[in-house]
Amino acid sequence: MRGLFLASACVCILAVITISAFLFLNGLPFFRAYSVFDFVTGTEWAPLRGVFGILPMIVGSFYVTFGALLLGAPIGILTAILMSRFAPKWVVKAMKPAVALLAGIPSVVYGFFGVMLLVPFVRDTFGGTGKSVLVASVLLAIMILPTIVQTSLAALDAVPQPYYEGSLALGATHESSVFRSVVPAARPGIVSGVVLGIGRAIGETMAIIMVAGNNPRMPGDILKGVRTMTVNVLMEMGYAADLHRESLIATGVILFIIVMAINFIFSFINRRRVLQ
Amino acid sequence: MTSVEYKGRMVDISVPTRKSAHWGSRILKALCWLSGFITMGALVLIVLYILINGLPHLKPSLFEVKYNSKNVSMFHAIINTLSMTALALLFSVPVGVFGGIYLAEYAKPGSKLVKVIRVTAETLSGIPSIVYALFGMMAFVVTMKIGISLLSGALTLAIMILPLILRQTEESLLAVPMSYREGSYGLGAGKLRTTVRIVLPVAMPGILAAVLLSIGRISGETAALIYTSGTATRIAELFESGRTLSVHLYQLQQEGRYINEAFAVAVVLLVIVVLMNALSSLIAGKLTTKG
Repeated sequence: MRGLFLASACVCILAVITISAFLFLNGLPFFRAYSVFDFVTGTEWAPLRGVFGILPMIVGSFYVTFGALLLGAPIGILTAILMSRFAPKWVVKAMKPAVALLAGIPSVVYGFFGVMLLVPFVRDTFGGTGKSVLVASVLLAIMILPTIVQTSLAALDAVPQPYYEGSLALGATHESSVFRSVVPAARPGIVSGVVLGIGRAIGETMAIIMVAGNNPRMPGDILKGVRTMTVNVLMEMGYAADLHRESLIATGVILFIIVMAINFIFSFINRRRVLQ
Repeated sequence: MTSVEYKGRMVDISVPTRKSAHWGSRILKALCWLSGFITMGALVLIVLYILINGLPHLKPSLFEVKYNSKNVSMFHAIINTLSMTALALLFSVPVGVFGGIYLAEYAKPGSKLVKVIRVTAETLSGIPSIVYALFGMMAFVVTMKIGISLLSGALTLAIMILPLILRQTEESLLAVPMSYREGSYGLGAGKLRTTVRIVLPVAMPGILAAVLLSIGRISGETAALIYTSGTATRIAELFESGRTLSVHLYQLQQEGRYINEAFAVAVVLLVIVVLMNALSSLIAGKLTTKG
C-alpha cells in the first residue's frame, strides 16, 4: 500500500513533466520555421500570410491584467482589512461566504454578465463598440477580488495580537494601529495574494473572449478592443492547421513560461515569509 | 482633556479615544467600508442580474430530453456535466486521496521528495485552463487517439482538480490529533489499519469539502473542454463528444440567437455553484466545530 500511496503522490510530478513535455515538444518545432525574436516582438498577426507576431497579445494580456490590478488590488486589500479589523462579527460572517461564492462563479458566467450588461453600458456611455480593455479589466478585477481578499485576510488574521496591542499601548488609535502596525506585518501575505491574482488574471480566457473584441492589433486606449494570448489560442485552435496551429501552441508555451515565472515569484515571496 | 503638572509644566495625559481619530484615519476607515460595499455590491449585482433575466425563462421545454433548435433544451448539457463530473472525480479522487495519505502519514516531513511534490502541485494549480486545453487536446485527443470525447475532457479536468484534492486531503489528515493514532497503535493496529480505519474517517469531512468544491470547478470549466470534449448537442457516451452546461452557455452566447435560454443556463450554473459552496462550507464548518 505504501507504494501505491507514494505512486499517487508522484502523479503531480508526472503531470507537470508530461504537460511541459507535450507543450514544448509540440510548440518548439515552430521556432525552427519562425524566429523566436520575430514571434515575440512582431506586431502583426496574419496567419494566412504566414506572419506570426504575438507582441499585441503579450501587451494585451499585461494591459488587462494591469487594469484589473489597478482596480482589484486596492479594493481587495481594503476589503480584507475591513473584514479583519473594522467590521462587526456579523458582517464578517456574512461576507466570508459571499467572497467564497465570488470565487466560485464560473468564468463563463462572468463573461456572460460582462457582455450582456457591462459592454452595452460602456457602449452607451463612452461610445465605441463597448468591447474594450475597460470592460475586460473591470471583469477581471471582480474575478481576482476573492483571491486577493482571502489571501490578505488570512495574512492579516495571522498577525500576532501583541503587534496591535503594543501600538495601542503607545497611544496610537485603533486606525493607526491597524494601518501602521498590523498591515505592514501582513505585507508579505498581501503581496502574495496580489501575485496570485496576477496569475489568475493573465491566464483567464472565457471572460475576456466574450468582452474584449479580440482584434489582434496593438492595443490602444482603454475603450479600444484587445486580444490576449489566452484568447488567441482559444479563438483560432478550432480551424488552425500546420504552421498556424504550431504558432498557437507556441503562444501557449510563451503563456506557460510567463505564468511559471509569476508562480516562481510567488513561492519566492512565500519562502521569505516563512523565514521571517 | 486631562492634564497634570510635570516639572512645572502642564502636560496633557488624555488617552486618545476612537472619537479623536485623525481625519486621515477616518478616511482610510471609510475607504475600507467603501471597498467592502463594492465587493459585496459586485456579487449582488451579478447574481441578481442573472436571476432576474434568467428565472422567467426557465421553462419546462428547456429540460426536454431531445435537443432541437426549437426547444434549445439544456437537458443533454446537464447530463453531460454530471457524467463529466463523475468521470473526472473517479480519476482524481483516488489519486488525490492516496497521495494526500502519503504526504500526511508516510512521508518524512521536509524530505526532498515532499518538497518537489508540493512545488509541482502548486504549479499544477497555477496553470491556466487554456494551457490545459492545449495539453488535453495534444495528449488525449491526438496522441492517445481518444478523440474529442467525454473521456478526453474528464482526463484533462482530473489533472486540473488533482492539486485541490491532494492538498485538502493532506491538510485534513494533518489536523487529526496525534492521540488518535497513538491510541490505535497502542491497541496493536498497524500503520495501514490506523490510517484507513481511524485517521481517514475523522478527516473525511475535509476531503468531502474538497470534492464538493471540485464539482463546482468542473461544472464551471469551459476553456479546457471546448477542444477536448467538444460542443456536440447530445447526451454523450464515454467516447462521444458532448457539451457541458458552461460550454453550452458559451455556445449559446456566441450564436447570439438564444440569449434568453443562455440566461436560463447561467441561472442553473449559478445554482449549482451556490449549492456546492454552501454544502462545502457546511461540512467544513462541522469539521472545525468538532476539532
